[in-house]
Amino acid sequence: MADIAATGLPAERKSISRRLSTGLRCAIPAILFLIGGFLAPLVTVAAYAFATPKSFDVFRSFTLENFATIFDPANSVWVSFAWSVAFAILTVVLLAIVAYPIAYGLTRLFGRWAGLVSVLFVFPLFVSENVRLYGWVLFFIKNGVLDGSIKLLGGAGGPDILFTPGMIAFGLVYVYLPFMLFPMTLGLAMVPRDLVDAASDLGAGRMMIWREIELPLAMPGILIGMLLTFVLAVGAVAEAKILGGQSIITITHDIEIAFTYAQNWPLGSALAVLLMIMVSVLALFVMSRLDLDRILGRR
Amino acid sequence: MEGIGSKRVRLFVGLWTGFVVIAIYLPILCGALAGLSKGRYFAFPVRIYSTEWWWRTVSSFEIHTLVTNSLLIALIVTVVAVLIAFFGALAFARYPWKGRRLYQKVLLLPIFFPQPVLGLALLLWFNALGITPSWQTAAVAHLVWIVPVVTLVIAIQVYSFDPVLEEAAADLGAGRGFILREITLPILWPGIWSGALFAFLLSWGNFPLSLYTAGADSTVPKWLYSKMVAGYTPMVPALGTMSTLVAATLLLLAGATLMVLRRRRAG
Repeated sequence: MADIAATGLPAERKSISRRLSTGLRCAIPAILFLIGGFLAPLVTVAAYAFATPKSFDVFRSFTLENFATIFDPANSVWVSFAWSVAFAILTVVLLAIVAYPIAYGLTRLFGRWAGLVSVLFVFPLFVSENVRLYGWVLFFIKNGVLDGSIKLLGGAGGPDILFTPGMIAFGLVYVYLPFMLFPMTLGLAMVPRDLVDAASDLGAGRMMIWREIELPLAMPGILIGMLLTFVLAVGAVAEAKILGGQSIITITHDIEIAFTYAQNWPLGSALAVLLMIMVSVLALFVMSRLDLDRILGRR
Repeated sequence: MEGIGSKRVRLFVGLWTGFVVIAIYLPILCGALAGLSKGRYFAFPVRIYSTEWWWRTVSSFEIHTLVTNSLLIALIVTVVAVLIAFFGALAFARYPWKGRRLYQKVLLLPIFFPQPVLGLALLLWFNALGITPSWQTAAVAHLVWIVPVVTLVIAIQVYSFDPVLEEAAADLGAGRGFILREITLPILWPGIWSGALFAFLLSWGNFPLSLYTAGADSTVPKWLYSKMVAGYTPMVPALGTMSTLVAATLLLLAGATLMVLRRRRAG
């Protein structure tokens, strides 16, 4: 009791030294959990990546053979890497365009409807992505909703676009929309309204306000959205499997094949390590340039 | 000051948002339609509607097991995630401490991580520990991804919380437990509730983590996926629709409760 009474004293130095330990103490459960549930699995994967191919000799053998296999030009695994990265970049670009007007509406135009509209966009997150993607299969498939409707109207039937690369990109954009929209909305909410009004009063045009004020000030949020969607899309597999009909093998699919049919855990781990390095470098690079307190707390 | 340009922007943004919302819910509606049609294979327009596949789904023993697994996982994940994330969020946003900036970034890393790869990594780790994957390990896997999300949700509430209130209570001689019970918790309740709701719903709908870490046990999304790949029956869209309805009902109930509470507090 006595030390708590002391915390309240105006002596700033005293209260800071106490808080220091309180903060750390609060963080301990989360830190311990992530060491056991996140760091340890990643270390295991890294260890497997250096194990003898097609074996389970983790921590007992050391070889670079798995990486040699991947970088061997005769091997076509780079194709799936290229597809995944290309899809991810395309997804990020498309999502930025699709989400920007909605984020703008949520922060500026919708007023008291903004809450309801946000809920409409959050809800799909709680429906498993395979259910939603399968709904699109039912929509685009032969005799499906689109095909049937066009025939009903006397047309020749819907376009045959299911199981094509374009459809996979569509699925990625569809599934990861909320991950772009909400960070972007947070970012746009950081743009002070008076600043926009002032610029407008001083005669700045719409384009100029957008380029010189809105975009730079909203950038932290937009960056988080881009990072999130890129990372999630590069590791995606369900879209290519369900909407792509396995016509394209993404990198995560390759990893999965190594783990299941091929029973080559070390090779799968080596692939996973490469993907992990790419994702972590990108994530840490972007996050090191952001001030999370400002974005989340709007202080 | 409302010019024609601004009106045009308003119209465009409104129409575009409406269009995207329709696109978001379209596949869910298609699934509902497929689950309610009588035929073994889906064809549009639906010739005969029937609730036959709904009944078969509801009365199937296999489905009961799936739903029990999914529910158990989601409930455990909710309780554990909220407990860890509550303190995690205080460390994230409330207290200034030395390693906080680093902690904030490290904590968010699991969210920035492809879930299928995370699931496989956890599978290897469980294997190295000699643990047979089951629904319990799937719950752990869900937590790795959901604890950071819930921490973030609660942290946003913590940011809007003025520490002066706690300090004033301490000045007046209130004990630590008293402050937590009477001041900190009541102010943070909305954040904690939405964190719990997120935890439950995200776990309920999670597919990539369950796929690799649930072992021989199955959850609703995992079962749906296995049937989509091979062995489609209208039970797939029927169960998918039911699962969606469960999530929607929960969300609506939570929203209604929040509104009633707010009104009661105001009145």
